[in-house]
Amino acid sequence: MLHIVNKSHSQTNSLQSCLRLAQAGAALLLIEDGIYAATTGGAATSGIRDAIKQLKVHVLQPDVEARGMAGKLVDGVTAVDYAGFVDLVAEHSNNQTWL
Amino acid sequence: MKKFMFVNRKAPFGTIYALESLEVVLIAATFDQDVSLAFIDDGVYELVKGQNSKAIGIKNHSPTYRALDGYDVEKLFVERESMAARGLSEADLLVPVEVLSSAEMAALMAEQDVVLSF
Repeated sequence: MLHIVNKSHSQTNSLQSCLRLAQAGAALLLIEDGIYAATTGGAATSGIRDAIKQLKVHVLQPDVEARGMAGKLVDGVTAVDYAGFVDLVAEHSNNQTWL
Repeated sequence: MKKFMFVNRKAPFGTIYALESLEVVLIAATFDQDVSLAFIDDGVYELVKGQNSKAIGIKNHSPTYRALDGYDVEKLFVERESMAARGLSEADLLVPVEVLSSAEMAALMAEQDVVLSF
């Protein structure tokens, strides 16, 4: 399963709930303001370092660059472009966008 | 027939999500799909009994949850952790539900063909 989160972890509880309800081995894609969770600064409160141990965590690179966060991602996170986003959706049997 | 799960995570009146979800649920049921509803986080508040929205001028759509079994929508799941975090129990809810742990809810979600978030 692919989980997609587009809100900052310090703005809503979407990421928190996603991490509670994602099964080990699932994929997570952080887009838009969701990417802050995977930055070294954001990781202190987002829980992403623990998540990386169980989930395949991705960020949408254009959203990272737009926010000046390139080079500030925590280790273990995979950056994808728009084509990579499409691949992730296609590779998984189902997906859920956490509003 | 596909397995559809509607994930409800918003309180009933602050946004239009709860009502919109209910409408799409009814549409899916009309097309004879396997429909489940999940209530997580503030979505649990959608099922609280005794809602009376007269004075705020918004239609109270909560009785519709009780009508869902008439459309063969009988699978309503509530995450125990979300309910407990809000000081609620099954006795506070207006319709029979199945209470699941986070792990059980996660497993159920993973086996769906389609998951729609509200």
